[in-house]
Amino acid sequence: MGWPHPIHPGETPVLSTHFGDPEARTHAGWVARGGYAALRQALAMTPEAIVEEVKASGLRGRGGAGFPTGMKWSFMPKDDGKPHYLCCNADESEPGTFKDREILRWTPHALIEGCAIACLGIRAETCYIFVRGEYTEPADILEAAVAEAYAAGTLGADALGSGRRLDVIVHRGAGAYICGEETALMNAIEGKRGNPRIKPPFPAVAGLFGMPTTINNVETLAAVPHILVRGAAWYAGLSRSSPKSTGTKLISVCGHVRRPGTYEITMGLPMDELIFDLCGGMHDGRSLKAVIPGGSSVPILTAAEVAGCPTDYEGIAAAGSLLGSGGMIVMDDSTDMVFQIMRLARFYAHESCAQCTNCREGTAWTTRILERILRGEGSPSDLDLLLDIADNMTGRTICVLSDSCATPVISGIRKFRGEFDAYLSGDRAPALVEA
Amino acid sequence: MSHQAAPVGPVFTPERRAQLEALAQRYPTRQALLLPALWMAQRAHGWVTPEAIAEIAEVLEVSTAHVQGVVSFYTMYHTHPVGRHFIQVCTTSPCHMCGAADVVAALLEHTGCGELGATSPDGRFTVVEVECLGACGFVTPLLIDDDFVESVTPAGVPELLARYP
Repeated sequence: MGWPHPIHPGETPVLSTHFGDPEARTHAGWVARGGYAALRQALAMTPEAIVEEVKASGLRGRGGAGFPTGMKWSFMPKDDGKPHYLCCNADESEPGTFKDREILRWTPHALIEGCAIACLGIRAETCYIFVRGEYTEPADILEAAVAEAYAAGTLGADALGSGRRLDVIVHRGAGAYICGEETALMNAIEGKRGNPRIKPPFPAVAGLFGMPTTINNVETLAAVPHILVRGAAWYAGLSRSSPKSTGTKLISVCGHVRRPGTYEITMGLPMDELIFDLCGGMHDGRSLKAVIPGGSSVPILTAAEVAGCPTDYEGIAAAGSLLGSGGMIVMDDSTDMVFQIMRLARFYAHESCAQCTNCREGTAWTTRILERILRGEGSPSDLDLLLDIADNMTGRTICVLSDSCATPVISGIRKFRGEFDAYLSGDRAPALVEA
Repeated sequence: MSHQAAPVGPVFTPERRAQLEALAQRYPTRQALLLPALWMAQRAHGWVTPEAIAEIAEVLEVSTAHVQGVVSFYTMYHTHPVGRHFIQVCTTSPCHMCGAADVVAALLEHTGCGELGATSPDGRFTVVEVECLGACGFVTPLLIDDDFVESVTPAGVPELLARYP
């Protein structure tokens, strides 16, 4: 089931099966639900066999980029004599995204087990789970689960009696969206400012503490035990449209729907079915205007583009956006698109780490120009100026935060230009009275 | 967590120093203890004092400037005293679309803070706006001290605040 609603027939509960069940949080409760059987299985496998199984499942990164997980693991060196690290990215902060928190809160052992298996696959002994500082309750629950796993001998110097060492360490952030960027996250663990690093070197060569490192999202790692126990073929078979999009996906839906929450769907479920059936559709008298399907960094889709769009990597790409993190922001016809795009730009301006000029200046100026348009003080050339700035913010910086700010501006102006023009012409009253 | 304005003694009492050294076993460098150490300082004093920054730099064998740089990067560390209860309310797009501004207005009114970032005259509350708290389906979420509260409404604000004397 998703959360906080009862299971909907349109859902496919795999990761979310035990959401809402407090007993599943405990080590004993997790074992009683079949937990740690996959880790036992993995301890008897070679790293290559683990990686091959994950490759065959078609699992792709659930944090936003959608990179094939097994392939990422295969980039780790062999017999290099260095310590290897796994990082788990639990810095969920992309506006619209609130799915990983349910894994952390309800099935922390699923994540711990996934981390342990991934460590075996990449020849690491240590996993750091970086949890955003604001997730106080999820981090508390996860830390308690880790302590239980050590006490039970599932983790530690002799994990499950295998003679192998497996450590899982919870590291709390302290407020910075940018730490969700993989190398910024590593800097945060190392006790530095969370500035993204220039790549190459890529993490598999020199990541955390300069050592070969793999970093995966919470949902990605939580899927791994299911793949080992039920088989790659079973997982790959969970697909309703594209064979390149396999398995289930947690979609957190927010905004103007009757039942916001986290839903688990088979890849490819039509987006309109998700919004109108699973989430109950719009409130009375309202109609769908736009959807940001994959967290705030992806292009905005119009209602027409949503119709019939399969909710998977390829389907949403064909519609002109991205599945991203699966954080879906639904907007009805009452939404002021100019205001919301300004609000997103303000988010990126606040969260820019400021080391790249195009991002530091671009996010700030984009916000200021959108604010002046909303105050009724915009000039007719402002939209061209915004698009010019957006062009200078795309593909020109160390990380993609800058691109992420440009994306809703570009798609917003292209698809909802009339709303911008209404502010510029004075047909619409200013929405902001002061800066 | 209760925020006291006045720094009282060192961060690293023998007990907290022992906690820090236990954590040190988990990392290959001492610098990696910086975020945990800053959390310890903030919990002890209510904010990260200049004295704490110097103390942490010495204990972790890094420069004061490095610690200062890290403190200024992460928004959850307070570099000045705040109210006894610190409220962080989300107003990013999904929350804004669903009425977060009204919750902010109710918080400012009922805490007596008057404006964002200010501390109420009785020293009880500080209210700040924060970007996405990652609970967009539960509008409006906020953090009050370490407590994550979902689905706050303007009408529910007085009752919520009453739980934090």
